Amino acid sequence: MLVTRTRRLDLAEGALSEAFARAAARWPSAGVPDNPGGWLYTTASRLVAGRIRAEAIHGRKAQLLAVDSAWVHPPGPERFDELADERLTLILLCCHPALHPTSRSALALRLVIGTPTSQIARLFLVSKSTMAARITRAKKKIIAAKIPLSRPTDADLKLRREDVCRTAYLAFTAGYTPGQGAQLLRADLAGEAVDLAAVLHELLPAAPDVRALFGLLLLQHARRDARTRGGRLVTLDEQQRSLWHREEIERGLALIASVRPTAGYVESLRLQGAIAAEHARAAEAAQTNWVQIAALYAELETLTRSPAVRLNRAVAIAEAQGPRQGLAVLEGVDRAMPNNHRLPAVRADLARRAGDLVLARRSYARAMELCANEVERAYLAERLDEIGRTNAR
Amino acid sequence: MKYFVLLAAQGGDRGPWEELSPVEQESDMAKHGEFAEACAEREGVELIGGEALGEGRTATTLRTKDGELVITDGPFAEAAEQIGGYYVVEAPNLDTVIDLCRTLPPYDIEIRPILDLG
Repeated sequence: MLVTRTRRLDLAEGALSEAFARAAARWPSAGVPDNPGGWLYTTASRLVAGRIRAEAIHGRKAQLLAVDSAWVHPPGPERFDELADERLTLILLCCHPALHPTSRSALALRLVIGTPTSQIARLFLVSKSTMAARITRAKKKIIAAKIPLSRPTDADLKLRREDVCRTAYLAFTAGYTPGQGAQLLRADLAGEAVDLAAVLHELLPAAPDVRALFGLLLLQHARRDARTRGGRLVTLDEQQRSLWHREEIERGLALIASVRPTAGYVESLRLQGAIAAEHARAAEAAQTNWVQIAALYAELETLTRSPAVRLNRAVAIAEAQGPRQGLAVLEGVDRAMPNNHRLPAVRADLARRAGDLVLARRSYARAMELCANEVERAYLAERLDEIGRTNAR
Repeated sequence: MKYFVLLAAQGGDRGPWEELSPVEQESDMAKHGEFAEACAEREGVELIGGEALGEGRTATTLRTKDGELVITDGPFAEAAEQIGGYYVVEAPNLDTVIDLCRTLPPYDIEIRPILDLG
């Protein structure tokens, strides 16, 4: 908002961080103001105006997006709600397809949600300086190539909405992608992406892609507290379902149900949401409707032709029909994902359940070789140990 | 701001000019006409210049190494071989240029801001 109002991307970000810092110092003792958002906005606006005056005095030619006189009269807190449009414009700027996808996600989290750079760096598993450089590079490109901060036409908005959804989804999955080393799932940070989707839904409540995205993220994120226990990964079937956030699930289910089957990216989000919904509906793992889930994965595979989706379909088929049928679905996937540890991990698991311990042992070993995440590798080692013992008996 | 719009035929839908049928070539020329019209109609946009370029094999590359000018046959990069032409467009922002380029044949198009060194 501050960016659209002041047209100064470079100053607004710093001012907003400063305003948050002041709030953190002031609110605990002085109390939280009636309208915290307005307070932050006003404080940040004053800081920007001050900086612009200082620059004028020094006669420095700073990098401008486009200067206009709006900053002279920053709106008061009472106009806070009217700025929804400008917020959308800012999101569209951050998610512009002329920016690198990862930079888009980072920029959107930084400028729209206000996530600190260090946290964004942790989310995408890079150092803080790397992330800071990436954000700076994106901002420089916006200025140098003059990517506009303007409200697009309705036709453009429809096209660009997909970029925005992809950006938010990328940020979310980064949090759920187990990284290298001892870094656990960064579900706390995936929450920032859910916030981004929530903002989008607030701004474009009727858009089917936004509804599907927000619904999908709510359903997946609702399981966050059950996904790890004592530093270990807990698979879906072993999760304590009472830890799932029920209200978020209800909201997600309603959103997914409200999207009509269609085509393209929206449909892939809807199908993923429908799959998450099936899991969410089952009170216990044993009650999961795997036949329906396998059918949804088949649709998703036809739509995306993704080997990762095929892998998931194999798991669903194994649950619905048996491990041997699941193994059959995995035939021929190796060429499409040669270095992915999930493929041998799934194969190992299915082989173990089908009683083919030779294939299971070989596949677990291969999966451990390829897996870079310590938490997941520990899990694989445990399973390999189990069948080692079984064999000795 | 001025933008340099580089047109190439590489991995996209469109093959090199010399491989197009006469009908395809004609349709391409018409699209360039539409592009010029679209530029003329759009507020704040001016088509400053643009030319079609000879094939990559007619290019000559100059490089200075150790203070000496080395002249070689061909374009400076393999990817540059299929560059077929360029435009220079004055436009208010990147989105305007992207939008105008939708009227062009399906080239691979690179858009770069032209620096104002004045």
